[in-house]
Amino acid sequence: MFKRKDLINRILKILFFALLIKPIVFVILGLNIRGKNNLPKNGPAIIAANHNSHLDSLVLMSLYPLSKLHKIRPVAAADYFLTNPFRAWFSLNIIGIIPIERQRRVAKTELFSGCHEALDNGDVLIIFPEGSRGKPEQISTIKKGLFHIVNDRTETPITPILMHGLGRALPRGEALFVPFNCDVIIGQPLTQTKTGNDFVVQLESTFQELRSYCITLNLEQ
Amino acid sequence: MNIPHNSLLAMLVIVCLLVIGSLSRFLIEKNNPEKDYTELRQRIQSWWWMIAILFACMSIGQTYAIVLFAFISFLALKEFFSIVPTRQSDRRVIFWAYLAIPLQYYFVSIEWYGLFIIFIPIYIFLLLPVRMVLIGDTKGFIHAAGIMHWAVMLTVFCLSHIAYLLVLPEKNLAAGSMGLVIFLIFMTQFNDVSQYVWGKALGKHKIIPKVSPNKTWEGFLGGMLTITLISAFLGPLLTPLSMALSLFAGLLINVSGFMGDVVISSIKRDLEIKDSGDLIPGHGGILDRFDSLIFTAPLFFHFLYYFAY
Repeated sequence: MFKRKDLINRILKILFFALLIKPIVFVILGLNIRGKNNLPKNGPAIIAANHNSHLDSLVLMSLYPLSKLHKIRPVAAADYFLTNPFRAWFSLNIIGIIPIERQRRVAKTELFSGCHEALDNGDVLIIFPEGSRGKPEQISTIKKGLFHIVNDRTETPITPILMHGLGRALPRGEALFVPFNCDVIIGQPLTQTKTGNDFVVQLESTFQELRSYCITLNLEQ
Repeated sequence: MNIPHNSLLAMLVIVCLLVIGSLSRFLIEKNNPEKDYTELRQRIQSWWWMIAILFACMSIGQTYAIVLFAFISFLALKEFFSIVPTRQSDRRVIFWAYLAIPLQYYFVSIEWYGLFIIFIPIYIFLLLPVRMVLIGDTKGFIHAAGIMHWAVMLTVFCLSHIAYLLVLPEKNLAAGSMGLVIFLIFMTQFNDVSQYVWGKALGKHKIIPKVSPNKTWEGFLGGMLTITLISAFLGPLLTPLSMALSLFAGLLINVSGFMGDVVISSIKRDLEIKDSGDLIPGHGGILDRFDSLIFTAPLFFHFLYYFAY
């Protein structure tokens, strides 16, 4: 069933994660994982995570065994990841992103068609509802895009994941990687909401709650 | 692979203790099937892993053991920087702090005692604030400089003394240099265990309720008795120390191990966290396991260095 090119890409992907990404994530970084059992094992499912670093997707993908990696698909900005040919090839084939147009005005159905296709295929989508990495260790405004995706597919569970510490290890605009342990707090699937606003409120309060399980917040006083 | 007789014997005894631990866990679990013993099981399993890795590295060769301790320093330093407050502008300074690890352990491996002993307290101590000045963020400067130096001292300088034990000239040929490491680590960890057991059995009077409500005078003194006695017996076998000096070494390990434990506890209290990490199942983070060793390692080393070298 495999095309030769797909097979090669999948082998490259496994090698890339086994030899580079997983050692970086688990040894150089190190994760404090809470709620591991809440992680959706099989798709169709959606992971909604906060976004502070390029490492976010790689860390979330590393939570999965090598054999499942090709089913885990980060949804990422086409205007950033598809700009130069190498980055585009790498993002689409090795990471397996689902590109999404942030700037061009297109109909919602067309905008999210890649996401629906992947979910129909039983994939696990990684979505950053903030839409951008923002300032280190701060959660920016949560956008409603994710709500529009699940609005017509109510059976797909959304698992919230809060990460903390990656904005220190590799923040936006920095090239120097500095090792830090990072918290990955996996919550229980969100409940259904009627409106986009309710959804945003629920996700915000869930992130707040998951924050209390972090140990790298560096509280003082 | 050439393990000196007494050290080999000590390793076997430790493995036997672990077997007894695993068997008791099995029997306890069998007799109380309704209770959840996951944490106890993980704890013992992690002990097996830690002992296996330590013994394997020491048996293969000195260099491997030095690399192992350097790696442990890295994990501990990373954990420390992850839980304490650091400023975003300190990222580059922290990167330099990490570079102290390979250098410090390189000085161990070439047995350059003079530089080993002053590299972090002098050179790193002076270098880190200079690097901070070059970045120029003065808001919170004192605080950040203090935290970073403290982190490197605890996790790199103090812990690297364990590795230096391995390169000291062998004075007790029956135990070799690894005998010193086995003695230090075993006595330190056994001190934790015996203080816990005595405290559970007889504990009444709290020793420092504000920091560690579970620590009692009974546990502390019971541990002291146990550790000094065992130390007096084991010291002459595993170290160049006489029985009398070994007794004092045991006392030193007992008191300083307790101090290390409560100092790391105070850090965690300040940060309002229970464990410093997730790395060792059933134990918590690296700092949770190495808290006592951070204090016992340099103190035992210099006690030994003064009296036996």
